[in-house]
Amino acid sequence: MTSKKIINNMADNIDPSLFEFADYDQSKGELTGYSNYSFWRSTVQVFMKNKVAVALLVLIACVVLFTLVQPYLPGQKSPTQIYNNPETNLQFRNVQPNNEFWFGTNSIGQDLWARIWSGTRTSLFIGVAVGLFEAVVGITIGALWGYVRKLDAIITEIYNVWDNIPTTVVLIILTYIMKPSIPTIIFAMCMTGWLQMARFVRNLIIIIRDREYNLASRCLGTPTSRIITKNLLPYLVSVIMLRMALAIPAAIGNEVFLSYIGMGLPVDIPSLGNLINEGRALMMDPSQRYQLFFPAAVISVVTISFYVIGNVFADSADPRNHV
Amino acid sequence: MKYVLIRLLRSVLTLVIVVTVVFLLMRMMPIEGYFGASFDKLDEAQKTAKLENLGLLDPWYIQLKNFYNDLIKGDFGESITYRPKVAITKILGEKLITSLRFGMASLGISLVVGLSLGVLMARYKGKFWDKLGTCYVVGANAVPVVIYYLLIQVFFTQIFNLPLLYDKTDPKSWILPVFCLSLVNIAYYAMWIRRYMVDELNKDYVRLARAKGLKNKEIMIRHVMRNAFVPMAQYLPASILYTVSGSIYVESLFSIPGTGGLLVTAIQRQDNTLVQALVLLYSSIGIIGLMLGDILMATFDPRIKLGNEGGSR
Repeated sequence: MTSKKIINNMADNIDPSLFEFADYDQSKGELTGYSNYSFWRSTVQVFMKNKVAVALLVLIACVVLFTLVQPYLPGQKSPTQIYNNPETNLQFRNVQPNNEFWFGTNSIGQDLWARIWSGTRTSLFIGVAVGLFEAVVGITIGALWGYVRKLDAIITEIYNVWDNIPTTVVLIILTYIMKPSIPTIIFAMCMTGWLQMARFVRNLIIIIRDREYNLASRCLGTPTSRIITKNLLPYLVSVIMLRMALAIPAAIGNEVFLSYIGMGLPVDIPSLGNLINEGRALMMDPSQRYQLFFPAAVISVVTISFYVIGNVFADSADPRNHV
Repeated sequence: MKYVLIRLLRSVLTLVIVVTVVFLLMRMMPIEGYFGASFDKLDEAQKTAKLENLGLLDPWYIQLKNFYNDLIKGDFGESITYRPKVAITKILGEKLITSLRFGMASLGISLVVGLSLGVLMARYKGKFWDKLGTCYVVGANAVPVVIYYLLIQVFFTQIFNLPLLYDKTDPKSWILPVFCLSLVNIAYYAMWIRRYMVDELNKDYVRLARAKGLKNKEIMIRHVMRNAFVPMAQYLPASILYTVSGSIYVESLFSIPGTGGLLVTAIQRQDNTLVQALVLLYSSIGIIGLMLGDILMATFDPRIKLGNEGGSR
């Protein structure tokens, strides 16, 4: 009888708040050694701390979004149409920036504003396509090259030969076989661009392939493909992301270079390279310099943004910089 | 020594393959390039005669054999379309020296300025100078070089009243091309020396040196700098040798008669002999430069052993 009473008393005295779910407090959790560490969340957290990078990320997101929606906005002109002056029936040649043509017109009367955004679209597309392709091919070949010893000598020899063949020879032959167009230029850049990525991945993999955890995996009989995808590549995420981010400004620069030596896209496709070339032809006339400055400014903004974002992201994806 | 010999032999093999592949690729191109502007004016018989004259109608293996026979005798042949009937060695000789002068001048400036800037940035890491330097490095690396070359050419010629184009007799015309060439290189050297020095500064020997009471300046120059320079030493010989290849942008913008762009022109005009000579030259430079770099690195840092002996891999 008494014992039951005591139990009842105990039940009455229990503080009900003890049985509520406690809120999770990260700092207290870390005191006891438990951590809900998440790689991607920490990466984002570290990235967000860098104000410059965040600002550039917002900027480049706006630019990309704008290039995509620009043709559908009201009152936009066609990037390839030649505009005539209705009064004189002559083309609007080299018109200074005004209300009608916001960035002016070029030497044959096309609207520079529309051409710049169309060119940015083309160049960004080339950059992203080349970056993706380089990543896929470069990582695949680089991983095999670094990890499979039997392939090392063969691929090294192929690399030495391929790396020493002038890019221009490959390009001219490709433009001869295929027509000069956007796919051709992407293909040509990929043909020569994956080499650097492959060598880069290979060098990284050689450094970590004989660490103890890989040795253990091998002793347990893990197949090579699984070791590469589960043990090696996650280790390389940050540096690979960096290379991909840098591949975009590099591809834009390459496109400018190819246009410069006269092997870029045909002139009727607006691209940043073609626009720079058109601007260069007129740059000695101070009143026409806007044709060089506008594309140059857009290229600078785009390339610098990708470069900085890539670098900061790679830093924040490195676990050593995490809290 | 044995290591160097084996490496040289393998390099020769690579060179032979590269030159042969380029040789065959050049033969795959359309024949228009051999005629240039006169292509449409000539009739079939004239074209065939010209091609036969150049030895281009022989089967490719006979052409290849002739090419290697001449090469072994040290004969690079004569230019076909670029400057017809002029010996390749003569064309290249003048141009290589011009490019080499510009390249060496800019390399010297870049090393001095770039390394000092990098050391300064590492010394004041996270402070104002570091941030300013980083802005410069990012700008120089990210933006396509031709854009700021064009801006420099437009504005600096006006502001400082410098000549627009290169002139052999006017030393003032050297300033802008060398300045343009140096801009990128300075950023490159500053970026890497800063990165390596920051890595080194966290190491134990620096702490020991500080505990011993060495001055900061002494630690930086005598200890950290020396270790940080080792990875850069590998690229130094190659970049010195590569100066002969010139810069296509700078040389065409300032109309300097150097080698920059010569390869592109030669390929576009299908001057087979010139292309082969240039490919051979540039590939050998690349291979030799890399090897010299490895040797230089091993002398800078005695811990590095060349060859297969030692090491866990």
